[in-house]
Amino acid sequence: MIADFPLVSAAYEARRAQREASKLPKIWTLLDQVCDPEIPVLSLWDLGVITDIEKSGGRLTVTITPTYSGCPAMQTMHDDIEAVLRQAGIDAFEVRASLAPAWSSDWISPEGRAKLTAYGIAAPKSCDSCQGLALDSDIHCPHCGSADTRMTSEFGSTACKALFQCRSCQEPFDYFKPI
Amino acid sequence: MKDKILEYTTRLGDDSLVLGHRLSEWCRNAPFLEEDLALINVSLDYIGRARMFYGYAAELAGDGRSEDDFAFMRDQREFSNLLIHELPKGDFAYTMLRQLFVDVFYSLFLPRLAESSDETLAAIAAKAIKETRYHLRRSHEWTLRFGLGTDESRERAQRAIDQLWGYTHEMFDLDALESELAEAGIGVDNGALKAEWERQVIAILTEAELKLPQEEWAVRGGREGYHTENLGQLLNEMQSVHRAYPGLEW
Repeated sequence: MIADFPLVSAAYEARRAQREASKLPKIWTLLDQVCDPEIPVLSLWDLGVITDIEKSGGRLTVTITPTYSGCPAMQTMHDDIEAVLRQAGIDAFEVRASLAPAWSSDWISPEGRAKLTAYGIAAPKSCDSCQGLALDSDIHCPHCGSADTRMTSEFGSTACKALFQCRSCQEPFDYFKPI
Repeated sequence: MKDKILEYTTRLGDDSLVLGHRLSEWCRNAPFLEEDLALINVSLDYIGRARMFYGYAAELAGDGRSEDDFAFMRDQREFSNLLIHELPKGDFAYTMLRQLFVDVFYSLFLPRLAESSDETLAAIAAKAIKETRYHLRRSHEWTLRFGLGTDESRERAQRAIDQLWGYTHEMFDLDALESELAEAGIGVDNGALKAEWERQVIAILTEAELKLPQEEWAVRGGREGYHTENLGQLLNEMQSVHRAYPGLEW
């Protein structure tokens, strides 16, 4: 049993409301197939990287925002969105990167959190009051659900993850850091 | 005013790029794997910041230059980074103590820059603050481990502090350009950060049972393009591919 309660943050609620109010639901659905190149179970929607889709004068603008300043996957995400739009026969578009508001791990969808856990990555804790200064504790192992875990490295294979080990099942795992 | 913001933005980009490159030199050279990962991820954060600052500088310049031109096509005298960023990586204690000094600095500087009336500078700062919190937690913890660890770790940390201290003062200087931008609500008054920076750094060093150096000395000149010999060597390596194959793209 995985002890990860679905967390619906206010930040995610705001994102969902924006998507539901959008006049371009088909484009949102179309782009649901574009996934994070480094965590391929997460769509860019799940992650919160696609922040807006607008159409003006027949031209589509897709706005994306980086997770971390130096996220090396941004260009790939950009290219993948372009490829999907072109494949759907859309040629008049622009993929625009925007920095504000700064991305937060709270933007990840509840489905995205469940997918992360199933993939073996512990989902981030709520970032409402995170200052990056408290030691992360009470992180549940995505394999056996135990909370008896310890951090082995502040950074993992990518900037957005830390390395943990479970003391119950001994498995190492990634923890998606709250930011 | 646009030219002044361009210069200010370039300075901030230079600070980030030069330190980011220094940290990247630890790639596959760190004492153990986890540290290797950590240092290059911190490096990546700084290089990411440099790209955002240079990207904005290129936009302000509007003369066809790209972020790459700022990084790879300028010489030593044109770089205006603060000297502390260009000092060699040294041993692990030296690298982490330098990080402590700059992390505390950025944890004070970035929240102010995030209030800039320039929206792009504010957005870059708001993004970078989050990463700096992680950086500071790590450099703080390492400082404690060095200071409260073995005789050797304490000696090395103390030596690093003694060698770095004289380079910290420059972080709080303001020249005419920076004063003007601070008054205009665009830049940050670094001088006003000094007392709080010292308070926090001294508290951490005291916690780690390390000492502040007694000697009074200071090295300055980075903002005017007067550098230590280290920057030339760094640029020589960092720019070599771009210089050998001008205009090359991946």
